[in-house]
Amino acid sequence: MLELKNVSYEVDTEGGTKEILKNINLTIDDGFVAITGPNGGGKSTLAKIIVGIYEATDGQILFNGEDITHLSITERAKKGIGYAFQQPVRFKGITVSDLLTLAAGRKLSVAETCAFLSEVGLCARDYINREINASLSGGELKRIEIATVLARETPFSVFDEPEAGIDLWSFNNLIAVFEKMRDKCRGSILIISHQERILNIADKIVVVADGRLKQVGTKDEVLPTLLGGTGSPCKTLLDKITQ
Amino acid sequence: MDAIQKRMLEAVADLHEIPSGAYNIRENGKSIGRQSSENIEIVPKQDKDGIDIYIKPGTKNESVHIPVLLSQTGFTETVFNDFHIGEDCDVLIVAGCGIHNSGKGESKHDGIHTFYVGKNARIRYVEKHYGEGDGNGKNVMNPTTVIEIEEGGRMEMETAQIKGVDSTDRKTVAKLADGASLVIREKLMTHGEQYAKTDFTVDLNGEDSSANVVSRSVAKDKSYQVFYSRINGNNRCNGHTECDAIIMDDAKVSAIPEITAASVDASLIHEAAIGKIAGEQLIKLMTLGLSEKEAEEQIIQGFLK
Ligand SMILES: Nc1ncnc2c1ncn2[C@@H]1O[C@H](COP(=O)(O)OP(=O)(O)OP(=O)(O)O)[C@@H](O)[C@H]1O
Ligand SMILES: [Mg+2]
Repeated sequence: MLELKNVSYEVDTEGGTKEILKNINLTIDDGFVAITGPNGGGKSTLAKIIVGIYEATDGQILFNGEDITHLSITERAKKGIGYAFQQPVRFKGITVSDLLTLAAGRKLSVAETCAFLSEVGLCARDYINREINASLSGGELKRIEIATVLARETPFSVFDEPEAGIDLWSFNNLIAVFEKMRDKCRGSILIISHQERILNIADKIVVVADGRLKQVGTKDEVLPTLLGGTGSPCKTLLDKITQ
Repeated sequence: MDAIQKRMLEAVADLHEIPSGAYNIRENGKSIGRQSSENIEIVPKQDKDGIDIYIKPGTKNESVHIPVLLSQTGFTETVFNDFHIGEDCDVLIVAGCGIHNSGKGESKHDGIHTFYVGKNARIRYVEKHYGEGDGNGKNVMNPTTVIEIEEGGRMEMETAQIKGVDSTDRKTVAKLADGASLVIREKLMTHGEQYAKTDFTVDLNGEDSSANVVSRSVAKDKSYQVFYSRINGNNRCNGHTECDAIIMDDAKVSAIPEITAASVDASLIHEAAIGKIAGEQLIKLMTLGLSEKEAEEQIIQGFLK
């Protein structure tokens, strides 16, 4: 359904151009795919390229066979790509129910809104009319962000570290949410995560480090090498650790 | 009532029909409907344009509507409305002015509203300004609000100008006695080449008086907004003023908050922020399938809600 062909992404920095992603070749078919890898490896950048927030500087992206490399965020969203931000955005004046309505693209009944919120462990009564402003806690905001993607009911959804900032009890429920999504999913779910328990329910795990695709495989293939430790930190860091 | 009158009444006073309770509807300088109630008496002024509104002490859960309409191009007026609000009242006052100008002349309404809020009275004052028209004539409104709140009184003022007013100079002055409180919420949107000046001055004279003055505005196109907010703390008191503006296109916004404490027990805070719509807010809504324009509209609509 989604195909990345030789996708690269460079940015101009003071010290010249910096390659953040290099020649990524990846096919995501139906199912549940997890992307993992070290901080700064390029996972979020890859997600933003898929969604259209960044435009690949090289390569091609196909969605259901159609070239979407140069389509806008809006156009990709309309074609059925959903995205939950790693750091959700706050809005003054826009309420939870406003945002879910916008996400669904139609008027939602109270019961439907409730269903999306309870899915992410929020009691609708307390949240439906809350503004998505600075008064929400980080974890609450993160859950509302996930609910907006659920409300879109897109065939391809990207979640960037959905578990970050969510407490342990809710984490169990979150896993259940994703398991349920996986079971009734007729499309693909792409989750960026560092959590073993999320990697465990993935059909396929992709490891991105240093802007490259390091490994793609089932959890049985990937997890052992991951935990065994890949990548080599720079010397200064190594010295610090071994001191 | 004709279609224009109906639409304007709805825009400025949320009125769909003749209101219950006391009201005075003014159009092109004449009263086209007036009704007093048992507790609220509306009396036309003899020496100048305007009315006196007397609200009996202890009047509760009643409302007064005094919308003003200008539909004749080039019509200019200055109106004085005085509200005498008795002790222990709890009332809603809805004013507002709508101009429909389909000609070339400048239509102008200057309204001077004075509120005498009695001891322990509570009032909510809602004021909306709206203009429309297909001609080149300008719509001008200069509302002045004078507020005096006696001991323990409380006033909440909601003022909004969202569309169609070319030039406005909005002046509000307030004096508060012991334990009195004032909350002002302003919402403003300007577009085209409009000009809007807001000028609040609040004197916190009484012990334990308090004021909260909050303005949210959006400036589009080539419009220009100036926001002054002065709070003087002359006693043990609390004052807070906040201006939060979204600037777009080639607009210009100035925010000039000023707080002066003349008592060691005065606690005063001002906040002012001007900025464009955050890029990530637009991006979030675009990932939901909205176009950039639609995203912008949703953000503004929420911001001014
Ligand atoms: N505009 C930019 N200019 C310079 N460097 C950038 C820019 N955008 C991203 N980077 C760098 O690219 C790298 C990849 O960032 P990215 O956010 O994709 O990492 P990540 O894998 O999601 O990390 P994390 O696990 O911490 O979320 C980082 O080193 C980041 O600093
Ligand atoms: Mg990231």
